[in-house]
Amino acid sequence: MSDEMDMQEGGVVKQFMFVNRKAPYGTIYALEGLEVVLISAAFEQDVSMAFIDDGVYELKKGQDTKALGQKNFSPTYRALEGYDIEKLYVEKESMAVRGLTVEDFAVDVTVLDHAEMAAKMAEQDVLISF
Amino acid sequence: MPMVEVAGKSFEVDEEGYLINLADWDEGIAAYLAKEEKVELTPNHWEVINFLREYYSEYQIAPAIRVLTKAIGKKLGPDKGSNKYLYELFPYGPAKQACKIAGLPKPTGCI
Repeated sequence: MSDEMDMQEGGVVKQFMFVNRKAPYGTIYALEGLEVVLISAAFEQDVSMAFIDDGVYELKKGQDTKALGQKNFSPTYRALEGYDIEKLYVEKESMAVRGLTVEDFAVDVTVLDHAEMAAKMAEQDVLISF
Repeated sequence: MPMVEVAGKSFEVDEEGYLINLADWDEGIAAYLAKEEKVELTPNHWEVINFLREYYSEYQIAPAIRVLTKAIGKKLGPDKGSNKYLYELFPYGPAKQACKIAGLPKPTGCI
């Protein structure tokens, strides 16, 4: 255990970043990743999420999954705030090549460019990629 | 999956007794599920059950207990937003028991 880590209620708080790189449907990664994040909230760690590549689509407003026959879990991203997970970072370049702006997202996000995202990742104690 | 019949209407539950189809839910089914859980429903119970149904329809998940107490406190007043109050209503775990009666799936991260 490092001395630099904050001590809180006797436990060590680590910085966890969950990296989301996949489109919301077609694979189970996005949904599983979201569930892991919600569970991780119970452990009172410093949790953030990053959305890169097709992962930026996870936050898209107005998803309609009727034709897919799958549950639309996009409203759940709006519940993250209630779980005290408020650090949602979206990579600027990934948004740009997909023609997305912050207005397309269902939640408030922080936009970081490639270099800033890399720096943010370097700060983390734990990175978990979906 | 087991089938259960209440007042001529049959519905499916999982091995732990959670309702499979959210749309099947009505107050009669809630009363049946409450009886299975040995909970006698009062207006205070209904307040929590209705809150959970609203939460689910907005966010598509059942909230974790910590999130539930916080949100209940905000909506129904601080005296109700406590573990103590919710455990008095639902002694075997408010998130688990109340969610079951409300016809929701088992909460994610329910511990």
